[in-house]
Amino acid sequence: MTDDELIWRIAGGSGDGIDSTSQNFAKALMRSGLNVFTHRHYPSRIRGGHTYVEIRASDEEVKSRGDGYNFLLALGDSFARNPQEEAYYGNEEIKPLSENLDELREGGVIIYDKGLLDASEIENFDERVEENDWHVYDLDLRGLAKEYGREVMRNTAGVGATAALLDLDLDPIEDLMDDAMSGDVLEANLTILHDAYDSLKEDYEFTHDLRAPEGTNDEEQVFVSGSHGIAYGALDEGCRFISGYPMTPWTDVYTLMTQNLSEFGGISEQVEDEIAAASLAIGASHAGAKAMSGSSGGGFALMSEPLGLAEITETPIVLVEAMRAGPSTGMPTKPEQGDLEHVLYTSQGDSNRVVFAPGDPAECYRQTRKAFELAYDYQIPAIVLYDQKLSGGHQTIPESVFDEEPNPDLGSVVSEQDLEEAAKEAGRFKRYVYDGEGGVSPRSLPGQKGGNFLASGNEHNEVGHISEDPDNRVTQMNRRLAKLDSISEDLAENADHQAVHGPEDADYGILSFGSTKGVAEEAVDRLNEEGHSVKSMNVSDIMPFAKDEVTEFLESVDEALVIEMNATAQFRRHIQGQLGRFGEKLYSLLKYDGNPFEPAEVVSGFEVRLEGGADVTDHNVRIESATGD
Amino acid sequence: MSAFNAIGEDREIDRDEFTPEIEPQATWCPGCGDFGVLKALKQAMPQVGRTPEETLLVTGIGCSGKLSSYFRSYGFHSIHGRSLPVARAAKMANPDLEVIAAGGDGDGYGIGGNHFMHTARENHDMTYIVFDNEIFGLTKGQTSPTSPKGHKSKTQPHGSAKSPIRPLSLGLTSGASYVARTAAVNPNQAKEILTEAMEHDGFAHVDFLTQCPTWNKDAKQYVPYIDIQDSDDYDFDIHDRREASEMMHEAEDALYEGEVLTGRFYVDEDRPSYQAEKQATGDMPEEPLAERYFDDDYEWERSYDLLDRHK
Repeated sequence: MTDDELIWRIAGGSGDGIDSTSQNFAKALMRSGLNVFTHRHYPSRIRGGHTYVEIRASDEEVKSRGDGYNFLLALGDSFARNPQEEAYYGNEEIKPLSENLDELREGGVIIYDKGLLDASEIENFDERVEENDWHVYDLDLRGLAKEYGREVMRNTAGVGATAALLDLDLDPIEDLMDDAMSGDVLEANLTILHDAYDSLKEDYEFTHDLRAPEGTNDEEQVFVSGSHGIAYGALDEGCRFISGYPMTPWTDVYTLMTQNLSEFGGISEQVEDEIAAASLAIGASHAGAKAMSGSSGGGFALMSEPLGLAEITETPIVLVEAMRAGPSTGMPTKPEQGDLEHVLYTSQGDSNRVVFAPGDPAECYRQTRKAFELAYDYQIPAIVLYDQKLSGGHQTIPESVFDEEPNPDLGSVVSEQDLEEAAKEAGRFKRYVYDGEGGVSPRSLPGQKGGNFLASGNEHNEVGHISEDPDNRVTQMNRRLAKLDSISEDLAENADHQAVHGPEDADYGILSFGSTKGVAEEAVDRLNEEGHSVKSMNVSDIMPFAKDEVTEFLESVDEALVIEMNATAQFRRHIQGQLGRFGEKLYSLLKYDGNPFEPAEVVSGFEVRLEGGADVTDHNVRIESATGD
Repeated sequence: MSAFNAIGEDREIDRDEFTPEIEPQATWCPGCGDFGVLKALKQAMPQVGRTPEETLLVTGIGCSGKLSSYFRSYGFHSIHGRSLPVARAAKMANPDLEVIAAGGDGDGYGIGGNHFMHTARENHDMTYIVFDNEIFGLTKGQTSPTSPKGHKSKTQPHGSAKSPIRPLSLGLTSGASYVARTAAVNPNQAKEILTEAMEHDGFAHVDFLTQCPTWNKDAKQYVPYIDIQDSDDYDFDIHDRREASEMMHEAEDALYEGEVLTGRFYVDEDRPSYQAEKQATGDMPEEPLAERYFDDDYEWERSYDLLDRHK
């Protein structure tokens, strides 16, 4: 936690324009020189339902959502269902002000729309305000918006009021509005922005101390999500074919790819189901395009059989899996890391695939690129596993992360000259040779002269014909599986996917994978400041597993806390399964309530565990003891 | 210069080129109608003028799926019901290929029914051959989507309570722009229909009656057959959707009453293929995507040039 940070929460109903407003406000903070991280919480509804975005901004690096928030802009849910007597969803209209109000820090600021909300409906509101030294500014944002424009523009009024209270310059906000809109809409919004700003400055007495932090960035920043990282990584690897079916939260990557592919002369296909989606990616790749598909848990389940087909036919594909809370439909808009084992093992037979779990947008970019490179070099499916938190959460990163050369290389593909030579030497081209280097047997593409072969989901011999010969079977299985060993070596030499943070000689460790990277690192910083000796490792190389690095890390600490967003400690089980040891050292901190970890939860989880406790009070997290090997 | 020099070769093509170098012994039973499909396809290829190496044959699972093992071309023996999504994407990645998909009636009208409907709807320029033997053969004789009502098998011991799928009508309503039925016992017509189907610029659906002498002994051998184009008893306009629909309905019913009506049922030459539609809206490149990866002069776009929207 930095002393000088703003955590601005804008809360309203779905459809109230929270998302676009927060995006622009976050960019304005970035342009003022601050580092920004956003956390988005929304229900599975189009209109109505409490939704909020938290924008955390600081001069220091911000890697995670913060603990609670210190500024609340409560718009109220203008699409709320009318509360019936004893409705189980309660009075939705007031929720943007009343929900999680206790997480507002002491001395925090509240703006609420008194045109829509009546604070007296909240139990003991005034007492709680006084007790926590909150500073409340009630404005008729709705009235203001209606006076100059439309009701939905009340979020602009809220931004104007925020800027006034925080002493923020309006120029960057105006510039961003100018980029996003035009004509009468722009005029109305600008008027509302200024009117709210002036009205606060003139009519209200400011009692709060909180001001926007000041910051400077050494280099140009961009405001991106993990979905951008994945999509841009795919584009820079020459991926020009995507097939998919809409599903939250994977749709973000799918949409970004679709928008850009039409400009880049690529092909995006929206198809009948995810079985088709994965099969199309296989067909396109087989014919010589760099192709991808993806989904979230339920859709990925449908991709199981095509995934196995890609493994045995050795067709390169990249799939992305955006996890959300399961099982079944679960909680469609809530993050969870419960699909780890699903992605690792789904499909019949021994699984043979690459799985990466990047931890932030920059890692999403680099690891998606590596996934394509490996898929096409080694003719193997590569999966990028991420989640709703990484998909929708934006943060600022240096633009130089993307300043890389494209790599459209198709990998291990033969040329027609190679085929001509093969014909001279062996009489014909053999697609699946036993002794391919590193397990890889170069492939030909339909339409190439001299390259015809049969790709089959049945076990097959060197030329591709179906074969159930026992020796051929073992040879082909061993060769295909050997590709993972080659990839392990490739990764050890050419990639640096595991992020280690904190003092090297620390006594304790925190292990995480994927999107929990940032929160683990922030917890490590705080724990060390408090006098603990702890470091973290975020693992991205899930398969092949980063055995050497994780072993070294675990050997160097007395004990490690494995943090993950699921209920059954899948990642811990994976570590033990891969390493076959350390069972006595690995404790778990699990969270699966639909919200990502806050740093404070990891800090208290660590401290409670250190003192031998098993329960973390006040938080929806659970400690699970080491099991031994 | 193309990286795919098998495409567009101007030369004489012999049907024997489509026989594999080492011909695997077929797993089909003696008297199986599947031999008829293989033979008709080998005969049709030279007529269409496409060579083995510019042809991609994608098959599903079942006895029918073995077609790609006995036919020499680029082949993809995929999974049960999924030949169409694999095939249509290959066609989009490289539209210069001749793409054929094939599978059985369980594969195409049962487990892969969703893909059949949507591939036909999209009108990809490809040919889909459905081996229709009214039975699951490779799994030893279970009731299939085209088995007649009342069909008894180990999985339907009291007789199927379901009416069979109407494959021709399904092809038509889904959007196929060429719909025909032929039979293994009618090799000349089969060859002609497969030739027309491949030459057709759009999704051509061929319901190919393939008798199963092992598991469907009770069923007809699809003789005698009637070619509806040659018969004076059937007069309808194959370009008229309503008339075609009625004729299909009649033929589908007649099959289960012992009358085998074959021929062309519907042809729409005006409907643009999916490729043409996508290219018209700028959603598909004019040059085959697969060629781009071999073009050393191509300037690959960079995400770095997209970053203004993130500042």
